[in-house]
Amino acid sequence: MAENVFDAIVVGSGISGGWAAKELCERGLKTIMLERGKNVEHIKDYVNANKAPWEFKHRGKAPIDMKHEYRRAVSEKNNDWWVKDSDCPYTEVKRFDWYRGYQVGGRSLIWGKQSYRLSEIDFEANAKEGIAVDWPVRYNDIATWYDHVERFAGISGNRDGLAQLPDGQFLPAMDMTCVEKDLAARIKDHYKGKRHMIIGRAAHVTGPLEGRTQCQFRDKCGLGCPFGGYFSTQSSTLPAAQKTGNLTLRPWSIVTQVLYDKDRKRATGVEILDAETNQTYVYQAKVIFLNASALNSTWILMNSATDVWPDGLGSSSGELGHNLMDHHLGVGVGGWVEGYEDKYYYGRRPNGIYIPRFRNIFGDKRDYLRGFGYQGAASREGWSRNIAEYNIGAELKEALSEPGRWTFGMGGFGEMLPSHDNKITLDKTKKDRWGLNVLSFDCELKENELKMRKDMLADALEMLEAAGVRDVGGSDGDGTPGRGIHEMGTARMGHDPKTSVLNKWNQVWDAPNVFVTDGAFMTSSACQNPSLTYMAFTARAAHYAVEELKKMNL
Amino acid sequence: MNRRDAIARVGLLVGGTVIGAESFLSGCTKRSSDKVSRILFSNEIVSLMDEVGETILPTTASAPGAKAARIGEFMKTIVLDCYEEKDQVIFINGAGLVQQNAQLKYGKTFHALDEKEKYQLISSLDTEAKEHKQKIKKEDDVHYFTMIKQLTLWGYFTSQIGSENALRYLPVPGKFVGCVDYTKGDRAWSEI
Repeated sequence: MAENVFDAIVVGSGISGGWAAKELCERGLKTIMLERGKNVEHIKDYVNANKAPWEFKHRGKAPIDMKHEYRRAVSEKNNDWWVKDSDCPYTEVKRFDWYRGYQVGGRSLIWGKQSYRLSEIDFEANAKEGIAVDWPVRYNDIATWYDHVERFAGISGNRDGLAQLPDGQFLPAMDMTCVEKDLAARIKDHYKGKRHMIIGRAAHVTGPLEGRTQCQFRDKCGLGCPFGGYFSTQSSTLPAAQKTGNLTLRPWSIVTQVLYDKDRKRATGVEILDAETNQTYVYQAKVIFLNASALNSTWILMNSATDVWPDGLGSSSGELGHNLMDHHLGVGVGGWVEGYEDKYYYGRRPNGIYIPRFRNIFGDKRDYLRGFGYQGAASREGWSRNIAEYNIGAELKEALSEPGRWTFGMGGFGEMLPSHDNKITLDKTKKDRWGLNVLSFDCELKENELKMRKDMLADALEMLEAAGVRDVGGSDGDGTPGRGIHEMGTARMGHDPKTSVLNKWNQVWDAPNVFVTDGAFMTSSACQNPSLTYMAFTARAAHYAVEELKKMNL
Repeated sequence: MNRRDAIARVGLLVGGTVIGAESFLSGCTKRSSDKVSRILFSNEIVSLMDEVGETILPTTASAPGAKAARIGEFMKTIVLDCYEEKDQVIFINGAGLVQQNAQLKYGKTFHALDEKEKYQLISSLDTEAKEHKQKIKKEDDVHYFTMIKQLTLWGYFTSQIGSENALRYLPVPGKFVGCVDYTKGDRAWSEI
C-alpha cells in the first residue's frame, strides 16, 4: 500500500470520529484518522488532572489575559482544550456561541457525558407534524446500535421504563441524594406518574467493563481522567482501534476538502493542510467518514467538488448548511429544601438528576411543538453561602466549615425545530490564520422555542413548589444558540436527495462513499443530549460501509 | 459542562451570596487596559490583607486561619491578574480606607490594633458593605470590603490549610454514596 493510500479516512477524532475509527479498524480496514489539532495522550497529557485546587495559581479562574482569547470565560484548569476564538474566528449575522475542541479526542475529553436515547416519538415527530423532512430512520432501526455502543462505552443509568426515553444496556445507576429521592417521589405523586425525576444516565464506568477502570467520583472529568473513568476517545475507542494494528493517527491535519471524481461520482480522498507546516498533502481511500464536528464537516463539504457544485458537495439539495440546531439553555430555577440536616453524601458525583420530556406527549397539547427536559441536582451549600448570624470571626469560620442547607437547582434543555432559515454559510471575505474561509452564522431561536421557554420556566417553578422546595426562584437567561454545545443539522438525513444531504445510511447522496456521522446528520434535535445518538449512527454507518465495500458498491 | 453552567446559574439564584457573580464564578470580567501595575499592590497591602483576612477567618482550635493560608498573596494574585481595572482601583483604594479607618477610630495603624479593635473595625466595614449593597443601583458597584471578604473566603477554603484542616479533603473518593448520616460538627467536603 502506498504511503498515503488507505481503505478508510476518518476526519476528526472526537466522539463520533473515535467510533468510526474503532468500527472500521475492527472490520479490517486500514484507516487513517485525521485530527486538525494537537495530540493528547491518554493520562500522560492530563497535566492538571491530579492537581489540588491550591496548586492552580488562580484557583481555576481564568485570568483576564486568557479570557480575551475566548468568547466565554474558561477555566485555567483546561483552557488548552477549548479553541481560542482569536485563532479560529467566525462571523455572525446573528450571535452564535461556537465552542470547539481542536485536539485528539476533540470534545470527548470535555463533554458533559449525559447519554440518552432518542425515542420513536422523536423519530416520528417531523413526519407527524409536517416539520422539515421525515427522519429516514425509526427507533427500531437504531435500537440495536444503541445497545452496541452503550455496551462498549459504558453508560451508567437506571431502567426507568419511559417510552419517551428508552432504557438501554446500563451499568449500575449512580445514587440519588436523599433529597433528590424525596423530591422525585413527590413529583411523581403530584403529577400522578406523568412526570419523572430520574438519575442522570452518564458515560461513566460504574461496574465491570473490559479494559476500563471504574469512575472514582472525583468529578474532575474536564481535566482528563487518569483512571479512564468516563468515555472519551482516549479512554475507549482509540485504544480499541489501535489494538487492531489498522489505525494511523495524524494530528495537525486540517482537512480542506474531499476530493471528488465526477466521472465515478465517488470521493477519492481528502486534501489536508498541515497545521504546523502549512504543507498540503493528499490522502486517498475508498471510504471517507466526516466526523469533524457538525459545522466543520459541513464546512468541508462546502469546500469540496466546487467545480461541479459551486456551493459544495451535498449542496445539490439546497439544504447544505441549513437547518442548524442546538438545544436552547438558560432557563434555570432553584430553591432550598427544609430538613435533612442529618444527611449528607460521600464522594463527588459527576452527574445529576434528569427530568425527561413531558410536554406534547401522551395526550398533552401545548401552543408549541416538541418539548424539553431538565438537568439538576440537590446538594448542601458550601462556604460561599451567606451566614446571617455571623459576619466575621471564629463563629463564621466554624459555620462555613460545615455544610449548609440543602438546595436544589435545575436547568432546561429545549428542543429546537429545524428551520431552513437557521444556517451557516462560507464567509469568503474573512480568512483564518491558515488562509481558509471561515463560517458565517445566521441562526436564532424562533417563535416555537420562545413559547416553549415560557413553559420551561413556569413548569419548573410549579414542579419545585409542588415538591416542597422553598423560596423557589428562576429566570429565563441567555438562550443564545450555541451555548448548548450541541450543534446539530446542516447536512441532514432524509428520504429524498432533493431535500436532504444524506440518505438513511448517512451517505452523501452525491458521493455514496462519503459518510457524515457527527451532529450534522440530525434531521431534528429532540431535547436529549445527542452524543450517544452520534455514536449509534456512526457504528451503524461504519458496518454498512464495510458491507457495501465488500459488495463493491462504493 | 452545559449542565454545570445551568447549575452554576441556579446556584446564584438560590444562594444570592456571590457579588460580582460573573467574575467570581465564571472567570474575570473584561478590563480595558492595564493601568494598575503590580507596584501599586505593595507588600504593605499584602501584609495588611493578611491581618484583615485573619480577622475575618481567624486561627481557631480546629484550624489555622487566613493568614497562615497566605491570604494577602492570594488577593494580590487575583486582583492583579483577574480583576478589571475599575475593580482594581476600588480594591487598592479600599486598602487605604481600612488604614484610614484605623487611624480615625483608634489613632493607630491596623497592625497596631488589638484583636478586639480589629474585630470591631472589620465588623463595622462588613456592616457598611452590606448597607452599600442595599443601596446600589448597579450590580457591578461593589464595596471594597465585599471584595476583601469574598477573596478571603474563596482563598482560604480552597487553600491547602482550609481544604485539609477547616474542611475535609478527599482527592479520590472511589465511590459515591448519595445518602450518609451527618452529625453536627462534621466538616464539609472541600473542593478537590
